[in-house]
Amino acid sequence: MNLVALTECLTSASCLVTQTTSGLIIGMLLFLVAAGLTLIFGVLKVVNFTHGSFYMLGAYLALTVNGLTNSYFLAVLAAAIGVALVALVFERFFMSKVYGSNVLMQLLVCYAFILIMDDAVKIIWGPEFKSMGMAAAFQKPPLFIAGGIVPVFYLFLIIVTLIISVVLWLIITRTRFGTVVRAAAVNPSMVSALGINTGLVFSGVFMLGGMLAGLAGGLAAPVRSLTAGMGFSILIESFIVTVIGGMGSIAGALLGSIMIGLVRSFGSIGFPLFVEGLMFLLMAIILILKPSGLLGKEG
Amino acid sequence: MSERPIVRVDGLDVFYGKSQILFDVGLELKQGRTLALLGRNGAGKSTTMKAIAGVAPPRRGVVEIAGANVAGRPPHVIARTGIGFVPEDRQIFPEHTVEENLEIGAKKGPGGQDAWSLKRVFEVFPLLEPLRYRMGGRLSGGEQQMLAIARTLMGNPVVLLLDEPSEGLAPIVVARIGELLRTLRATGATTLIAEQNMHFCLGVADDAVVIDKGSIVYRDTIAGLKANEEVRRRYLAM
Ligand SMILES: Nc1ncnc2c1ncn2[C@@H]1O[C@H](COP(=O)(O)OP(=O)(O)O)[C@@H](O)[C@H]1O
Ligand SMILES: [Mg+2]
Repeated sequence: MNLVALTECLTSASCLVTQTTSGLIIGMLLFLVAAGLTLIFGVLKVVNFTHGSFYMLGAYLALTVNGLTNSYFLAVLAAAIGVALVALVFERFFMSKVYGSNVLMQLLVCYAFILIMDDAVKIIWGPEFKSMGMAAAFQKPPLFIAGGIVPVFYLFLIIVTLIISVVLWLIITRTRFGTVVRAAAVNPSMVSALGINTGLVFSGVFMLGGMLAGLAGGLAAPVRSLTAGMGFSILIESFIVTVIGGMGSIAGALLGSIMIGLVRSFGSIGFPLFVEGLMFLLMAIILILKPSGLLGKEG
Repeated sequence: MSERPIVRVDGLDVFYGKSQILFDVGLELKQGRTLALLGRNGAGKSTTMKAIAGVAPPRRGVVEIAGANVAGRPPHVIARTGIGFVPEDRQIFPEHTVEENLEIGAKKGPGGQDAWSLKRVFEVFPLLEPLRYRMGGRLSGGEQQMLAIARTLMGNPVVLLLDEPSEGLAPIVVARIGELLRTLRATGATTLIAEQNMHFCLGVADDAVVIDKGSIVYRDTIAGLKANEEVRRRYLAM
C-alpha cells in the first residue's frame, strides 16, 4: 500500500491527467466488451462466456492484417468484421442449440469454444507473447495537458471508443433494429407473433456483441501484449462491470467500465499489489448497497 | 366471391404438457365475415387462438390459411401469411412508446398490402395520437387494448384474431371498442373474436361457434345463437 503516492497523485494536476486518461482507455475498451456481453445477456438471457475469446481473436486478426497491409485502420476493420462472422457462426451452429438449456450446458459449450480458440491461437500465431507495434500515424510526440503526458494514440482511442458508444446508443434507441431488440429482450413471443423472426434478431444481437469485442481487441492491439488466454482477464473484468452496472443495462456497463478503469489506473499507484482485489471490493460494496447493480432492474 | 374460407381449422388437438386442452376443434372463417368464438372462462378460446397463431402449436390437426397448412410453423411465419393475433393480455411493450409499439408491428401483408401506416392508425384510433410518445406501460386498459389492435393492424393482416377485446374494460370503453370493430368490419376485415360475453358480439359478429371443455359444441349465425336460449344457458355465462 502506498497512500502517500496516491495522495501526491490526486493533488497533482499532471498525475491526475495522466492517470485519468489511462483509466478512461482501460474503461472505454472494457466497455466495448462489456456492452456486448450485457446486450447479449439482456436479449438472449445467456451469459456468453466466449466473449473474452472474441476480444482475443480481434487482437490477433488485427495483428495479422496490420502485418500484411501496414494499415491500422484495415486491421481494426478486419478485427470487427472477422469476429462478427465468427460470432455469427458460433451463435447459429452452437449457442442457439443451448438457449433455454441449463446454464451448465451453456457454460460447457462456451468453455469448449474458449479452449479451441486458445489452442487455435497457439497453433496459428505461436505460444509466445506478440506485440503489434504502433502505427506510424501515431508515432508523434505526446501531448502535454496540464503538465500530464497524453500519447496521441490514447487520445485517439478515447475519441474512437466514445464515437462507437454513441453509435451503439443510436442503434439501440433510434433504429427499428434497436426497437425490436429492446422489445425482444422483454417479450420475444409477442415480437414473434407480430411477424418478426426472433431467431434472426438473436443472431444479429450476438453478432453485434461479437463485433464490439472484436473492435475492442483490434483497437487495443497496439497497446497490449497478445497471448493466448488474454481473453480470460477481460472476461472476468467484463463480468465485474456488468454486475456493477446491472446485468442487461448498457448505460450501467458504461458506468461500471469507467469506474473499473479509474480504479485500475489510480489503484496501481496507491495499491499496486491489490488492484484486482480493489475491483472485487468495489463490486462487493455495490452489490451490498444495490444487489441488482447500479442501473439494473430490481427483482 | 368464392366460398372457400380464408382460415380453415380442422381436427385440432392441443396439449399443455400431458393434459389435452383442445379436442378436434374445427372452424372456418370466410372473407369479410366476423366469427365469434364464445365460451365460458377456461373453455379453450385462448388456446384455440394461440394454436392458430402458432404460439401454442397443435399436436394434431390442420390450420389452413388461404389453402396452405401452417400448423406447427413458428408464429412469425404464420403472422407473415396474414394472421394478426391480438392476445388476451394485450402484451404491450411497457417501456416502448406508443409509436414504437406500432412500429414493431409494422410490416407488409402477405400480398404486399401496406394500407396501414401510423397516419391511418391515428385516423382510425384518434385517441392514440396524443399518446404517441407515452410509454405503453403508462396507458389505461382501454388505451392498451386499442394500441394492441392498432399494433397488429400495422402488420396489414388478412385475418384478425382478437382474444377477449372487452375483458376488464369499463362499459363505456367496451362500447368504444365495439364501435371500432364495426368500423373495421365495414372496411371488409375478416375477424375471429373470442368472448365470454355474447352481447358484445351481437353488433359485431356475423357467425358464432360455441366452445366448451375444449370442443366445439354449437355453430350458427350470431342471430341464431341469440334466439337459442337453451344453448346459451348451457354453455355461456349469462
Ligand atoms: N399454459 C397453460 N398450461 C396449462 N394449462 C393451461 C395453460 N393455459 C390454459 N390452460 C388450461 O387450458 C384450459 C383452457 O384455457 P383457455 O384456452 O385459456 O380458456 P379460455 O380462453 O376459454 O378462458 C383451461 O382449463 C386452462 O386452465
Ligand atoms: Mg382466454
